[in-house]
Amino acid sequence: MKVKELTEILEGSVVYGMDFLDREVYTACGSDMMSDVLAFVKEQAVMLTGLVNPQVVRTAEMMDMKCIVFVRGKKPDLGMIELAEEREIVLIQTELEMFTACGKLYQAGLRGGSGK
Amino acid sequence: MSELNFKYDVLKDDFTCAGEASGKIKRTLKDLGFDSNLIRNIAIAVYEGEINMVIHADGGVITCDIAPECITVVLDDKGPGIPDVELAMQAGYSTAPDNVRQLGFGAGMGLPNIKKYTDDMKIETQVGVGTKITLKFMVK
Ligand SMILES: Nc1ncnc2c1ncn2[C@@H]1O[C@H](COP(=O)(O)OP(=O)(O)O)[C@@H](O)[C@H]1O
Ligand SMILES: [Mg+2]
Repeated sequence: MKVKELTEILEGSVVYGMDFLDREVYTACGSDMMSDVLAFVKEQAVMLTGLVNPQVVRTAEMMDMKCIVFVRGKKPDLGMIELAEEREIVLIQTELEMFTACGKLYQAGLRGGSGK
Repeated sequence: MSELNFKYDVLKDDFTCAGEASGKIKRTLKDLGFDSNLIRNIAIAVYEGEINMVIHADGGVITCDIAPECITVVLDDKGPGIPDVELAMQAGYSTAPDNVRQLGFGAGMGLPNIKKYTDDMKIETQVGVGTKITLKFMVK
């Protein structure tokens, strides 16, 4: 699905990356533990997280992710937004909690990467 | 391609900049045209190592040697050293304080993650002196 569609499904708003909403994403992961995210790489394009700090953006950068979704109404700060701009990573915000956000995206066809 | 060499300083307790060096190495390798899977493996391993230098040591220096058949990254710090390397390598073992867990690290998965993404990993460490981790990535 496109990032635009993902944002609609999550009733979310775009914090950064209006120019990249046509990006196609097929896989996602949800975690507040960045080492967990880093442990299972398989082309996950989207990370859902309730964690808010620059290392979330750095983790997405190392993993070549295209989009970060902040759940439970968490808001990235200016430093994080600037970092995301430099790395061209879309930031989405939703009021939904993690379980619900993941469930909705799964139902709409997104899958977890088949981590090794 | 001749051999290239880069050096990056990592600062202690700087949670905002932690990851800068790994990101730079990643972008350099990308500019040089290396395979994206290889680059990602290197970026992840070096990033975990960089985070460790920030949270467990007093910062340090990361050097990256790029040769046609092998990329070598050395993470060198003057921190407290690792008393029991075998224990530190176990998944789940961590001495990280709570504020580190709030960053999304400190689950004791850093060193195992590094090993997983690296073709060869060597840890030289001495308590009270520092830790030097040498990582080799084969270019296929
Ligand atoms: N550079 C380092 N200097 C001193 N101790 C380290 C260093 N790197 C790792 N360690 C020790 O090894 C443990 C395990 O490291 P790691 O697997 O990365 O887990 P974590 O960083 O989540 O604690 C750390 O908790 C720490 O005690
Ligand atoms: Mg670690």
